[in-house]
Amino acid sequence: MSMTLKALLKSPWVFHLSTGSCNNCDIETLDCLTPRFDIERFGMLLVGSIKHADVLLVTGSCNRMSVERLKRLYEQVPKPCLVVGIGTCTGSRGLFVDSYNCPVPLDRIIPVDVYIPGCPPKPEAIMAGVVKLIGKVGGGA
Amino acid sequence: MTGFFLLDLLLFGVVITAVAGMAASWVDRKVTARVQYRVGPPPLQPFTDIVKLMGKETLVPAGVSRAAFLSAPLLGFCAVAAVSTVLWVNQLSSGGFAGDWIVVLYLLTIPSMGIIMGGFASKNPYASLGSSREMKLVMAYELPFVLAILVPVIQSGFAMRLGDILADQAAYGAMASSLSGAIALAVAILCMQAKLALVPFDAPEAETELAGGVFIEYSGAPLAVFKLTKNMLLFVLPFFLSVMFLGGFRFDGIEILWTVLKFVGLVALVTVIRNTNPRVRIDQALRFFWGPVTIAAAAAVVLAFLGL
Repeated sequence: MSMTLKALLKSPWVFHLSTGSCNNCDIETLDCLTPRFDIERFGMLLVGSIKHADVLLVTGSCNRMSVERLKRLYEQVPKPCLVVGIGTCTGSRGLFVDSYNCPVPLDRIIPVDVYIPGCPPKPEAIMAGVVKLIGKVGGGA
Repeated sequence: MTGFFLLDLLLFGVVITAVAGMAASWVDRKVTARVQYRVGPPPLQPFTDIVKLMGKETLVPAGVSRAAFLSAPLLGFCAVAAVSTVLWVNQLSSGGFAGDWIVVLYLLTIPSMGIIMGGFASKNPYASLGSSREMKLVMAYELPFVLAILVPVIQSGFAMRLGDILADQAAYGAMASSLSGAIALAVAILCMQAKLALVPFDAPEAETELAGGVFIEYSGAPLAVFKLTKNMLLFVLPFFLSVMFLGGFRFDGIEILWTVLKFVGLVALVTVIRNTNPRVRIDQALRFFWGPVTIAAAAAVVLAFLGL
């Protein structure tokens, strides 16, 4: 594994994007930063600018309004980057599956590295998902 | 002679300063985490961050001046390396020159200039706002900082070399042990907080409202250089204050322990100030620095003239 990839996996900075979620997944994501879970132990930081990010955390059902912004933001992430879909909405669109406003799941719009299902997923589940992602990327390279 | 200076610049100015700066940054993050009842990052975390950013793609926004955008981080980096070299040269051998503390004062404003330049070059409204705040902050803290640095100069009989100030402290005790020196040290610590753009005075970066402010458009290697410069400043500024007020760093016998204590103590003090205060608005920061802080610094200068 190259040194930069190793460093990337040890300090993944996270940008958090809501594409029309009900806010529960966002609250659970922020829970990971609290003293109880403290993801800074693994070098993860929540950053405010997309240009600083290594991991794009997407929550919500990708509605028509936000898909434009989602694509634009994905183009702005400095590569290499990883995409994590949090919550059932990103994967299967949850209870919005029949909605006119949520045409496709996230992986039909941008490449997704890992989905973390749950409505909302617990912070433990989010961390387990991220650990699996790190294992997958680290083992595959 | 030139060869030796180059060696000093590369070895002490860049390598040792960068390593010590990353260690200081780790102390800062770890203490922050402990204050918040968290575990905090592992010791190599600042280093990992820099290596990671070096390997990332560098994005330049459309329509900006590439030269200004990409040279802004290097400007601050070079200035900090130069300051550190001057300080180390004075500390390890008596290789200073007349007026070197004035040069250090000038060079210490250049990282801020680089940040202002980079922010305005980014062509982003948040970055421009951050740059204009950084500019106001520089104007706010420079006056009390210069006044505070004058106090040890006056006390050591108008010494023009850092080496003379260190020798004076070795003979008559640290500057901070006198009344005027203690006041000046307190003022200088507050100015250091603003120079590092840490929390009470972090309006230029303001994660929550400006989303990183001046650094918002930076990615990859230029951002890594900015981060490294910040880390190095977190070493150089406590080092400078330690030289001016606390007798400098010494590396003989038990003095090594005192050196480490002085340095970690100053860094931990900065961290505790940043964790126990809310952010002030830029006008509040300006009023604070031009009001009570400047008055205290001027009082310290008068006391130093009176020999207290």
